[in-house]
Amino acid sequence: MVALRDRGARFAPTRVSPLSWRAIALMALSIGIMVLDVRRDGAGLLRRSLAHIVAPLHRVVEAPSALWDAALTSVNTRDSLRTNIAALEARVREDALTLAKLRALELENERLQQLLGVSPRDAIRTLTARVLQVDLDALRQRVLIDRGSVDGIEPSQPVMDAHGVFGQTTRVNASTTEVILLSDPDHAIPVQIERSGLRTIAMGLGDPSRLALPYLPRNTDVQVGDSLVTSGLGGVYPPDLPVAIVTEVRRDPSQPLVQVRAVPRANLDRDREVMIIWYKPRVTPPPSPVPNAHPTRASAQ
Amino acid sequence: MTDSYATHRLPAYVGALIALLIGAMPLPHWLGLLRPDFLLLVIMWFALMSPRSTGLLFAFSWGLLLDAFSGILLGQQALGFVVVAYLMHHFHLRMRMYPLLHQSLIILSLLWLYQFILFWIDGVTGHPVNTWMRLLPGLGGALCWPLVSGFFGRIVQRH
Repeated sequence: MVALRDRGARFAPTRVSPLSWRAIALMALSIGIMVLDVRRDGAGLLRRSLAHIVAPLHRVVEAPSALWDAALTSVNTRDSLRTNIAALEARVREDALTLAKLRALELENERLQQLLGVSPRDAIRTLTARVLQVDLDALRQRVLIDRGSVDGIEPSQPVMDAHGVFGQTTRVNASTTEVILLSDPDHAIPVQIERSGLRTIAMGLGDPSRLALPYLPRNTDVQVGDSLVTSGLGGVYPPDLPVAIVTEVRRDPSQPLVQVRAVPRANLDRDREVMIIWYKPRVTPPPSPVPNAHPTRASAQ
Repeated sequence: MTDSYATHRLPAYVGALIALLIGAMPLPHWLGLLRPDFLLLVIMWFALMSPRSTGLLFAFSWGLLLDAFSGILLGQQALGFVVVAYLMHHFHLRMRMYPLLHQSLIILSLLWLYQFILFWIDGVTGHPVNTWMRLLPGLGGALCWPLVSGFFGRIVQRH
């Protein structure tokens, strides 16, 4: 900025041109807004009023693909619909069996937990949302979904699709919410290697088909094909949700850490429907190792 | 007076709005990386060819709107837009004399300056995106400059 002012002064030695003054004022204003907005909800009023202008614009951008979708469904042939329905029905039958088994297990689990005096499992509620077809920023992995604060959505709620973890909500507007994907370079998710139980962190790389596990020492027991699930640490994601599959393990003798790449299970770049999850961690892990001194109080919570 | 003033400014506003919407149309990932900042190109064109109709405040407001639209830090793209628009306004008389290819090269450097500002603010605020792909929208923008220039050259003269 100083350089620009000097340049201006050289062209008009007696006075700074009005254009330069305006530029300086607007730059200062931008920087001021940024300083406010860096803090959480620092420029809340400005952001909320801009959101009123922006929301209809998002809908306009979305309109062509929504129309295209509607057109596609209306011209779907009866045959393809029928095969689709048959496949889905077969899947429902298979799932019903698994579900029945699971329900029995759940009941048994509950009884055992009661015997042991462990607090009941976390209640989980979900809501389906549609991903708006709006490209926000090519370098960042974020999407908009069509649910907002009117649906009771809050920041930092986990979002899943049919195959695995999708991301978490960040900025909540009235009728839309921004979701940061697993693959965003700003996103990190606490995971566990299902086979060995080892806990680590999976980071986004800005590419919807790859995650990195950057903090594993070279002698770690990790193999290609290992399944990663959420570990439940961090308090955002409930434990044991599928996250990714390890696709590449490179051990370089000169490096202290092993290079691991994984591919997310969720279809991060193709999904149209996702599921928002309400989840409250049972209790925050206690700082001192006193295991369940008051089981009755813990279960009351 | 007001009427001619409004018609004078209308193409700039409509053009900027359409550019904003085109900038968010869903594209495949690789093509999205190459997509130029259309809104910035439009603002640059109006700063170059009709600087009376659009000022720095125009660039700032659209930048702020784009920040809200794409959900990034408020003021980030606004700052970049103001810097680039200031340089365009300052040198518009000289730049109009240049042939189109020469103009495109200057546009390329300005777009990269803009990306550098974004990159720098990303770093300062602790959300760095370190990838060479940041250079791609600038290249796309420089390639699109003759198109944008030709398009608005026709539309705006007619009005």
